[in-house]
Amino acid sequence: MYAYDEFDRAFLAERVADFRDQVARRLSGALNEDEFKPLRLMNGVYLQLHAYMLRIAIPYGTLSAHQLRRMAHVARTYDRGYGHFTTRQNIQFNWIKLEELPEAMAALGEVGVHGIQTSGNCIRNVTTDQWAGATPEECDDPRIWAEILRQYSTLHPEFTYLPRKFKIAIAASPHDRAAIKVHDVGLRLHRNAAGELGFEVLVGGGLGRTPFVGKSIRAFLPARELLSYIEAIMRVYNQYGRRDNIYKARIKILVHEIGAEAFAKAVEAEWEAIREGALHLSDEMIAEIRGRFIYPAYETLEDRPAELVEALKDERFATWFANSVHAHKVPGYSIVTISLKPVGAPPGDATADQMDVIADLADAYGFHEVRVGHEQNLCLPNIAQKDLPALWAALDAAGLATPNVNHISDIIACPGLDYCALANARAIPVAQEIAKRFADLDRSRGIGRLHVNISGCINACGHHHVGHIGILGVEKNGQEFYQITLGGRADEQAQLGTLLGPAVPYEQVPGLIEDVVDTYMELRAGPQELFIDTVARLGVEPFKERVYAAH
Amino acid sequence: MPLIENGHIVEDKYVRVSDEDALPEGVPVLVGVDRFLKEAEALKGRQAPVGVIWPNNRPIAEIAPYLGQLSLIALNFPIFRDGRAYSQARLLRERLGWTGPLRAIGNVLRDQFLLMQRSGFDQIEAVKEADAEAFDEAVHRYTVFYQPATDERPSLLRQRLGRTLTGAAR
Repeated sequence: MYAYDEFDRAFLAERVADFRDQVARRLSGALNEDEFKPLRLMNGVYLQLHAYMLRIAIPYGTLSAHQLRRMAHVARTYDRGYGHFTTRQNIQFNWIKLEELPEAMAALGEVGVHGIQTSGNCIRNVTTDQWAGATPEECDDPRIWAEILRQYSTLHPEFTYLPRKFKIAIAASPHDRAAIKVHDVGLRLHRNAAGELGFEVLVGGGLGRTPFVGKSIRAFLPARELLSYIEAIMRVYNQYGRRDNIYKARIKILVHEIGAEAFAKAVEAEWEAIREGALHLSDEMIAEIRGRFIYPAYETLEDRPAELVEALKDERFATWFANSVHAHKVPGYSIVTISLKPVGAPPGDATADQMDVIADLADAYGFHEVRVGHEQNLCLPNIAQKDLPALWAALDAAGLATPNVNHISDIIACPGLDYCALANARAIPVAQEIAKRFADLDRSRGIGRLHVNISGCINACGHHHVGHIGILGVEKNGQEFYQITLGGRADEQAQLGTLLGPAVPYEQVPGLIEDVVDTYMELRAGPQELFIDTVARLGVEPFKERVYAAH
Repeated sequence: MPLIENGHIVEDKYVRVSDEDALPEGVPVLVGVDRFLKEAEALKGRQAPVGVIWPNNRPIAEIAPYLGQLSLIALNFPIFRDGRAYSQARLLRERLGWTGPLRAIGNVLRDQFLLMQRSGFDQIEAVKEADAEAFDEAVHRYTVFYQPATDERPSLLRQRLGRTLTGAAR
């Protein structure tokens, strides 16, 4: 956990007062809606289809049990008893009344939680690996650098009115769990041959209506030069990013239009002028931020203790263990993923009661810490293996132990037409129906890792381009239709999916997905060959033939 | 529109002259960039001060050769959501060494005053009278600043270490 100090608390209080004043000026008419809109957006307040939506940042996906409990309180008191975790380590409350908004914000502010820069054309919540600090794979805790960027970008005077929103993600493990290649800036933290810590810098990735995989513009940036380099990128983008067309305003379009090489050259030129300046991070500054992260006081424990070995004789526990428990860097500990994808429920939703249960379990077994990942699941990053049986029993009782992590029913979906003012089609019911078809866990385990991503419009909040199976809702003559893509991925080998064929109507989607999966099961080289690898080996053609012959 | 300089509403000494009109003798003028660039040589001989309105879609580095003959630079915010001039302002102050008056003009609203001040503007032409009157409150809304910018407000990155930006630069 990052511990807020008196500066952070003072800033947050000032920010709340600032927004309260802006709301008052809007109500008095001193601000018109056009003037007010960017101000409310930069505090996470959207106007949705049915109501105002409040988006709250969970910086780099790290939450305390105390904070999660307060979110449960907000869900229960001001919303309809649940919250929705997004693909960018945020939580959204969809049913907050405008007049209660300041109250809800104040309740969250008390525990250091806010919606600052969760929307608007500014640098958004910086995201990273939900296993940060716990996974044995990482070269350093990426949250240190995400926190440095959070501080740097908060109410940045120069970069608060960018051409468009700006999203940064950091990965520190060879396996990228933060989807850095589909962000405006992706930072791959690693060590060079000399053992120094630094970043590979990718720019211009992104989804939406013009998807791109990010391009590498610097193979190694010494970590201490992070801020000056980011400032150089932001300054080039702020001046030269397009502002004539909202759909061409993201940095990916600038990078695409002038070319990654020319863009890199402009950044390097700007960087040369500022790299020795005020943004140079000294060892003391980095140590100061690092020192504010509090790590668990791990006990000396052994892997696979007797309690765990005994519990593994229970088939249901063993199934969950194999699916949802991951290796930890400290012996005797594990990382636990909590699936928010129970069959039949909206992906990424958690009820207030479930949030309370998870907060209690984090207090009891997990050093008070909870994480949120971009797959819209939660995570308890520090669980002693001897506590796994008791933890599982409690999760199971709360409907939070569905062992479908990374299965076909672990679907990423945007809120879609059920909530969103931009959507053309529903996403949640499609996800629910697919999950129902594959509810048999033996069957879905047999299928293996398969990521399905669903977006209700081309803005691609469900990241359909990078789903192994991507589903995009479009509108045709007032009807909901869906385009299917295969072969996308968001990890270190990120690529965009290939269109399977013509869009199909709503009712046909679940059947079509079943046909795609059946085709895979027949064509795969063996149980070890994942769906994504079969598509890579054979292309989409064999799938297309089979699927469209059937429909 | 009220002009704020260093926190006070002041009278604008500059006369804004369109490209077609003759320049009035003996008074400070503020002219558009096209006219300024066309007449830059001739304007050097002018006795009264000359200011230029530099558009936000023209690289600010191109102003460098003319800084010596300018008494005022005005940067434009065609709409408050268009933030290009913040970068231009910082570059003028931090890269090009401009120490003269730097004015924000256009769709300039109260909630941008602080950002403008932090980016190096010392003159702000507010659209609304009420905004201008609230200037002092608007720029003192915050006491905590995370990042260093053009102004000399101490940034947290350094303040946490008991130093200020100016202290560290020294």
